[in-house]
Amino acid sequence: MANLTIKNLHVRVDDESEHKEILKGVNLSMNTNEVHAIMGPNGTGKSTLSETIMGNPRYTITEGDIILNGESLLGKPVDERARAGLFLGMQYPAEIMGVTNAEFMRSAINARRPEDDPISVRTFIKELDKNLELLDMNEKMAERYLNQGFSGGEKKRNEILQLLMIKPTFAILDEIDSGLDIDAMKVVAKGVNSMRGADFGALIITHYERLLDYITPDVVHVMMGGKVVKSGDASLATKLEEEGYAGLRDELGLDVKLTDED
Amino acid sequence: MSEAKTKNTKNNEELENTVPDLGEDYDYGFSDDVQPIYSTGRGLTEATVREISAEKDEPEWMLNYRLRAYRTYQKMPMPDFGPDLSDLDLDHMLYYQKATDRQYRDWEDVPDTIKNTFDRLGVPEAERKYLAGSSAQYESEVVYHNMREEFEKLGIVFMSTDQALKEYPEIVKKYFGTLVHMNDNKFAALNSAVWSGGTFIYVPKGVKTDIPIQSYFRINAENSGQFERTLIIVDKDASVNYVEGCTAPNYSSDSLHAAVVEVFVEDDAYCRYTTIQNWSKNVYSLETKRAQAMKNATMEWVDGNLGSKTTMKYPSVYLDGEGARGTMLSIAVAGEGVIQDNGARMIHAAPNTSSSIVSKSISKDGGAVNYRGTVRFDRDSDGSFAHVECDTILMDERSTSDTVPFNEILNGNVAMEHEAKVSKISEEQLYYLMSRGIPEAKATEMIIMGFVEPFTKELPMEYAVELNRLIAYEMEGSVG
Repeated sequence: MANLTIKNLHVRVDDESEHKEILKGVNLSMNTNEVHAIMGPNGTGKSTLSETIMGNPRYTITEGDIILNGESLLGKPVDERARAGLFLGMQYPAEIMGVTNAEFMRSAINARRPEDDPISVRTFIKELDKNLELLDMNEKMAERYLNQGFSGGEKKRNEILQLLMIKPTFAILDEIDSGLDIDAMKVVAKGVNSMRGADFGALIITHYERLLDYITPDVVHVMMGGKVVKSGDASLATKLEEEGYAGLRDELGLDVKLTDED
Repeated sequence: MSEAKTKNTKNNEELENTVPDLGEDYDYGFSDDVQPIYSTGRGLTEATVREISAEKDEPEWMLNYRLRAYRTYQKMPMPDFGPDLSDLDLDHMLYYQKATDRQYRDWEDVPDTIKNTFDRLGVPEAERKYLAGSSAQYESEVVYHNMREEFEKLGIVFMSTDQALKEYPEIVKKYFGTLVHMNDNKFAALNSAVWSGGTFIYVPKGVKTDIPIQSYFRINAENSGQFERTLIIVDKDASVNYVEGCTAPNYSSDSLHAAVVEVFVEDDAYCRYTTIQNWSKNVYSLETKRAQAMKNATMEWVDGNLGSKTTMKYPSVYLDGEGARGTMLSIAVAGEGVIQDNGARMIHAAPNTSSSIVSKSISKDGGAVNYRGTVRFDRDSDGSFAHVECDTILMDERSTSDTVPFNEILNGNVAMEHEAKVSKISEEQLYYLMSRGIPEAKATEMIIMGFVEPFTKELPMEYAVELNRLIAYEMEGSVG
């Protein structure tokens, strides 16, 4: 069993557009064989949390730790974290001209294997075809340039395709449902559910409860104002759907401004 | 040293003293134990020019042409633009040498040492399939030359320009030096005086072939100037795809490559001329490449440049017939100490002509890549169109890039687009690839390969593989 623990995580962003502390002490612990969901209103730091766990250099950790299987990830570059077992399904994946999707995924898989033992083309294609079918994706997607000219929905499916091909220990899925219609969402959910098992854990970040109808979480965390303010089982998501974030905030007596109230 | 037979023992000894100091840091910087059989020695005089011509048993007119060119060369100044050439020691070059004294048609007959060089260069990968139809230049002389049966059957003439001068003197005399005049520039004059080798292709009317005609070049002696002279004539409604690649070993002192290429594309004909050059970091590559496209003809230059000390190359297309098309697709990579000063010239001299220049370049470790191009619309170019696109990636702060476009527009009824972009490797792209576990160096390489992909996809597969390998090699260690 693998474990991912976030300890009192404080994160700042300092660049041209922003100077502020976004995460103000996040605590969270999850194991494989578990699916956790993080819900929360806009602007509360959900994406910052996922990018920081992955190691996006834009974010600076001022306090706290991220621990994978007892080992701190602080100071480790993003590719090392990925090879250690983390995967981030991104909201806005980059487009890369001239690099095919298939070539990219093969490189990602081979980065995890000894240099003299790359995945055989045959095994790779077999695996790829299986996953393309599972996600109801056209075979041609594999030969297109990475995310280049993909629709929003295609990009999301492509993130899940990579998840299935790379088979990480922990996947963080950042608003993987945004912009998806109900059919596409079911396909994405099918992909994630197919990964569930003793060797896999997922942290699903979402704004709406809807996705959680298809991927039932074991634990639901609610983030507000840069902190996890409440955790519970799947019923917490349903409760939020009914009462809204403002309802929960008032119930907890928090002094947090929701951006939607602006 | 092997006991190679030689006609010039004194010079041979001199060569021995200066032989190979193998470049450790350059993959292709090895040298084989091939002893040139004949050489005119260092430096250039009228006697050298006469000696070259006599050695080749040339007709009188060519000797006279060479002598006129030699005098022109002496009078002409060095280029007054572009990179500094003051380190180029023209008095210390070898201007002519010959590695073997006969032409090889059969691969089996090619000496093992030369074969080994080609093996190590990876030539067989690019050539084995087409070997039967290839000629390779080795030390200023064609070493093997085996015309593919199909070419012969179709009536395509493919041989060294020296050979063509013997076998097709009228055709050579009619076209030679008419597109690139000896007084065009100092290095064209030099080439005209001392040229040797190079490819001659004649494609008769209506003859079309998809099989690329390929040739491989290589300089393999210190200070040996390489002055190929290439002449391609594509007759009416014919088509040809010519591919050449060059790599050179890394010697201790400067080497010069000053080729002249003339391509004639007649009415409704098509020619693509693909070059990949990977000179070692001491070579000056100063070339004059020019094509003429007649009515509804298409001329395409595909030009890849890696390495060298300084490259100056601006292939041009004279769009002289109505509806003619000219394109240039190029990639240049400049590393430490390298200046790639490249571009293209498109001269619209007839109505409804079109041209496109797409220049991609990468500069790293303090290298310099410049685009220097000319687009000219003459008075008689109604309805013509030109597109210029320059894309550069600078890998670090020390590297530089300049875009020097020169447009001359003498007709109001034409259209022109120009786009130029200089960028760094995108942080966002790098982060994305690395977030999948791909190490930074590999991720950078993938982004670079993607950047040059519009170029490599135009190459025959074997060459694309080779170019990718060369670029990957160039990029090694470029990430800290």
